[in-house]
Amino acid sequence: MNALRRYIDKIKPNVEKGGKFHFLKSTFEGFETFLFVPNTVTSGGTHIRDAFDMKRGMIMVVIAMVPALLFGIWNTGYQHFLAMGVEASFWEMVWFGFLRVFPIIVVSYVTGLGIEFVFAQIRGHEINEGFLVSGMLIPLVMPVDVPLWMVAVATAFAVIIGKEVFGGTGMNILNPALTARAFLFFAYPTKMSGDQVWVAGLGKGMETVDGYSGATILGQAAQGNNVFVNGIGQEFSVWDKFLGIIPGSIGETSTLAILIGALFLVFVGVGSWKIIFSTFAGGAVMGLILNAFGGNVLMEMPFWEHLIIGGFAFGAVFMATDPVTATQTEKGKWIYGFLIGVLAILIRVFNPGYPEGMMLAILFMNVFSPLIDHYIIEANISKRLKRAKVQA
Amino acid sequence: MSEVIKIRKGLDIKLKGEADKIFIKAPRSKTYAVKPVDFHSLTPKIVAKPCVEVKVGSTLFCDKYHPEIKYASPVSGIVTKIVRGERRRIIEIVIEDDGKDAFETFKKGDPDSMKREEIIENLLESGIWPVIHQRPYDIVALPSDVPRDIFISGFDSGPLAPDYDFIMKEKDEDFQVGINVLRKLTDGKVHLGLDADYPAAKAYTGAKNVEKHYFRGSHPSGNVGIQIHKIAPINRGEKVWTVKPQDVVTIGNLFRTGKYDPRVIVALCGSEVKKPVYYKLIRGARVASIVKDNIVQDNVRYISGNVLTGRKIDGEEGHIGFSDSQVTVIPEGDYYEMFGWITPGFNKFSVSRSFFSWIMPGKEYRLDTNIHGGERAFVMTGEYEKVFPMDIYPVQLLKAILIEDIDKMEQLGIYEVVEEDMALCEFVCTSKTPVQSILRNGFKIMMKELE
Repeated sequence: MNALRRYIDKIKPNVEKGGKFHFLKSTFEGFETFLFVPNTVTSGGTHIRDAFDMKRGMIMVVIAMVPALLFGIWNTGYQHFLAMGVEASFWEMVWFGFLRVFPIIVVSYVTGLGIEFVFAQIRGHEINEGFLVSGMLIPLVMPVDVPLWMVAVATAFAVIIGKEVFGGTGMNILNPALTARAFLFFAYPTKMSGDQVWVAGLGKGMETVDGYSGATILGQAAQGNNVFVNGIGQEFSVWDKFLGIIPGSIGETSTLAILIGALFLVFVGVGSWKIIFSTFAGGAVMGLILNAFGGNVLMEMPFWEHLIIGGFAFGAVFMATDPVTATQTEKGKWIYGFLIGVLAILIRVFNPGYPEGMMLAILFMNVFSPLIDHYIIEANISKRLKRAKVQA
Repeated sequence: MSEVIKIRKGLDIKLKGEADKIFIKAPRSKTYAVKPVDFHSLTPKIVAKPCVEVKVGSTLFCDKYHPEIKYASPVSGIVTKIVRGERRRIIEIVIEDDGKDAFETFKKGDPDSMKREEIIENLLESGIWPVIHQRPYDIVALPSDVPRDIFISGFDSGPLAPDYDFIMKEKDEDFQVGINVLRKLTDGKVHLGLDADYPAAKAYTGAKNVEKHYFRGSHPSGNVGIQIHKIAPINRGEKVWTVKPQDVVTIGNLFRTGKYDPRVIVALCGSEVKKPVYYKLIRGARVASIVKDNIVQDNVRYISGNVLTGRKIDGEEGHIGFSDSQVTVIPEGDYYEMFGWITPGFNKFSVSRSFFSWIMPGKEYRLDTNIHGGERAFVMTGEYEKVFPMDIYPVQLLKAILIEDIDKMEQLGIYEVVEEDMALCEFVCTSKTPVQSILRNGFKIMMKELE
């Protein structure tokens, strides 16, 4: 460690002002602070600081996503071999899934971090850690068969248009990872929806067992089926849906793995339990209301089932809780989460064009969160004014 | 006991090195100093130039814009130097102690039988007036104002806080006279905030002519600003005054004896102190007089006050602040730490549970001055709210200051806070935002605008 530190101290003058490589200062700092927490001390204000910083916070979110990622890797293999009708061992499934998922992660991180570095360099800022999370979220919300170049394009779009034009992490209005997904969804709909994209190899004319269909549960429901089956015609049990042994985006299928992540996030104090809870509550309430009316398959689907299929849980835990794009007031978080839940189910049920409503619900509420905050803060202001008037 | 006001939000940072409840009479310091920088927005005008001989209570300097507000020497001796900082700003006026304790005499008498003007005159002349601070902004009060109320917080809830019940022992009489003085200065009441869970000193329990309020909860429940907010918040256009308990004693003593008694009790604490105890000393003493041979290692920071709001003292040659009851010594944090974003961190203190130190809830920490990261834009939300027990939106207030929107600052409650009330926000901030300096900047903007 000391040798490494000495080496860094030795090359550091090159990037300082006047050094040969000064134009690479942000990049150098990015790597340096990745290796070492800087030796800066407090000056003015509090003399001690909480040990928690942005890097650690973001890493905690990435750790929280690991269960969903690992499950997604296995499920990718499982769904693939199921479609082929080939018996495969656990490790074969994992290895297959790894080979499919890992490149997507690499492309996402390389593209996104590359752009972050360039922008930090241009602005002369330190590298923001925000993309550590986005870079993992993007692969997890992609269908496994998505072409890698599309991942790169979507990531670039999300980082530049979704974030950097607003000023970088902390300034953006829309969740970058969802921006990436929405971009692909509208730009290349055939690669992002339908029956062919959710199982690895399916879209590329892979040989499957007879009568195989790769449709997701929501896809099947949209076609009016009320018995949801896997590709070879067996009905999904509730456990299948909860554990996530169903087709879908890489990380979204396992409600269990996502809930483990949610518990971790709430425990370490990074994720807002208020948003997670109220999103589920909103979904449940909307589901109940629709149950009362009935009418089509999705309206009659038990309200709790809505919460464990599609991207609902993933969105509630990892997307809605993004502190930058969510409401900033604590009261607002209740409203924000609740409306996401309500809207997600509404879009899911009533809009035939978009079988999954979570993405659009969250993006929609991202736009509205400043408005929610505005009214809550106005209430505080008028309370203060009223107090002053009563006194006067 | 009257109703207890519960403070539900806040944070107690448990640090190593709490002062033992023992008084030690500190050896006389070679030099003493009064530091204009201890008083916000003060532009001093030097009265006693170098080489001038002064007595206890002689005026050293006054406020350039309010020359009636004088600042007195705590010892008798010779003014040796005026230390200046950037742009010739006066940092401190140093007096070499001659040990004779020659003193100026002022009026004495029962404040109840004195007129308000007489009382103010006496406080101004003796140089004790500057212990009275004004809210909003935490600046020295103006004698021309009549405050709505006067608030005293009888306890300190901050990290390694000195025990005021211990400090206030046998100060009953001076404290009472001090209260009687303050009572004459306001048309409202004198409020005294007390800790509900701790047996209060006799000076407090026996105090008359004050409204007592009891508080329960973690830091910042002992901050006078939080107490004001809970008892009677400051509205636009209102002014209240605050005084610290030891300063009330100094005021009382002036009216009882006709002398400026600069002696105070200061707790020396912190993880780097060998024997943390309480010292009886004279305001503005040199730190060396109490820390000599009492420090564990060399790479330390001396803080006049606590680790959240105190002022850094420049080494052992520096002097203790005017109104501080605490000197904290903690290690400097100028080291690199490898892979800090993933290490388990059993020794790291954090409100998040992302370090394994959460397994040991009662642990006392040896925290250093490392920032633990770099400054970022606001990202996390809901952090400040957990440690800030006021009905104010802290982040929004800071943002209003950053964009210099005066109306918004006012609407969001800038009159009700000062730095110490939001110090915990700065401590917990993931983005390492300099909350206190932003706030002070906001106060400056407000004062300039409303002048």
